Amino acid sequence: MISFSQVTKRYPGAGGGYEALKSATLDIQPGEMVFITGHSGAGKSTLLKLMAAIERPTSGTVLVNHQNVSTLRASALPFVRRNFGLMFQDHKLLYDRSVYQNVVLPLNIIGYNAAEAGKRVRAALDKVGLLAKEKAMPVTLSGGEQQRLAIARAIVHRPSILLADEPTANLDAAYALELGELLRSFNQVGVTVVIATHDEQLQSRLQPRCIALAQGRVTQ
Amino acid sequence: MKNWLRQHALCLAATLGRLTRTPLASLLNVGVIGVALALPLAFYVVLANVQGCARANAPTPQLSLFLKIDAPAAAAREIEARLKKHEGIAKYRFIARDQALADLKASTGLADVIASLNRNPLPDGFVVDAKENSAAVLEKLRDEFKAWPGVEHVQLDSAWARRLDATLHLGRLIVLGLAALLAFALVAVTFNTIRLQMLTQRAEIEVAKMIGATNPFVRRPFLYYGALTGLLGAAVGWGIVWGGLRLLNDRLAGLGQLYDAQLRLTHLSLPDTLSLCLFAATLGWLGAWLSASRNLAELEE
Repeated sequence: MISFSQVTKRYPGAGGGYEALKSATLDIQPGEMVFITGHSGAGKSTLLKLMAAIERPTSGTVLVNHQNVSTLRASALPFVRRNFGLMFQDHKLLYDRSVYQNVVLPLNIIGYNAAEAGKRVRAALDKVGLLAKEKAMPVTLSGGEQQRLAIARAIVHRPSILLADEPTANLDAAYALELGELLRSFNQVGVTVVIATHDEQLQSRLQPRCIALAQGRVTQ
Repeated sequence: MKNWLRQHALCLAATLGRLTRTPLASLLNVGVIGVALALPLAFYVVLANVQGCARANAPTPQLSLFLKIDAPAAAAREIEARLKKHEGIAKYRFIARDQALADLKASTGLADVIASLNRNPLPDGFVVDAKENSAAVLEKLRDEFKAWPGVEHVQLDSAWARRLDATLHLGRLIVLGLAALLAFALVAVTFNTIRLQMLTQRAEIEVAKMIGATNPFVRRPFLYYGALTGLLGAAVGWGIVWGGLRLLNDRLAGLGQLYDAQLRLTHLSLPDTLSLCLFAATLGWLGAWLSASRNLAELEE
């Protein structure tokens, strides 16, 4: 499903730039749940961005569903990205739009009609327990609710792969556990789930396969 | 296809929503474009009126055909027949040489001199009014008549027609120059507006791009916005000129009475109005396209 071979990502900058990822090689099978672990700055976010075709590797190959992201035309990349549901560390919610408008965004991008989009948005909101708040504005939601809103937006178009960057970073333990269960439930219906985290509690609960990163290298 | 249409309809609705959500900013934007368009528009309208007025009121230029002095009466009849059949001629008048001499005698006070001539020095002649009075048509007719057998000389007073044409040509050039300058202004205004809009919506654009929006998808609402402000700007420009003409026409009517003439300026014709709308909408779209594309390219760096 996702396959990295000898992938290096260098960001330009002073002194030859900064290598966020160094010859990473890894494979993720369909239906797997995988944790990317490591300290801040180890390259977890970069790895996720490369998977979701938001960034292109400096060298090496990234394959997503057998498509080589490194050599695809720029105009084809959006269609690769639609395979993914993305949960960002800072949520990236749109604070000038209602809950409903936030969740419907991926469907508008793909081009669903209003009726079908409405059904899917409500299904997603129901799944995360926010159905009653579809008209609310995101600022009026609690931290945990905002996190769940981000999840609803990530899953509304039924992606085959869910990528989450530090999903439990700002949550208390109870919420974090609840979130873990939610992610596990997606995995159980066949969604490939990749989570970048250093939350050891979550790790011990979900018992996923772990890929450890240290200073841009895959160490296990 | 249906999907595509739906996306466009959604986008248009969203754009209208955006215009009405920020009424003051939209109004000022549209106003700037309207004022910018009103200037060349007013000039154009005045020019079109002058042109119509000049064509209608100027004395019609005439062509004078002079036959050879010794031309037989048959030649005159043949030329008359040709003139009758000719499609470019409104009317003509035959002046026999004896008649011409009599007129000259009566009008110039040269009776003695003329009486002393032992023969009539004047040829038969025709005075011809063409249907179209542009210099080019008249000159073409002159050249044609010259080639006819029995015609000695064709005289055309085309100087005034040329002068009028040259003046109108100059006017049109000025209009074109103004229009080009203000077209640039329109593009610049939309470019800037869209740039600001994209800056304020940067977060949204970034998210949309990360979750799979194509560049045309991101660009589309801004293009609609540009085209729509251009269109509304054209309407405002049209309205400004309309108001100006109404004020002017009131005064002109008074002035016209003093001169015993009907003075009235007419507004743009329907085809001209439609081209104005198309022109402004296209330029707004262009400004938005340039701005949005540039912005997206910067995002991708």
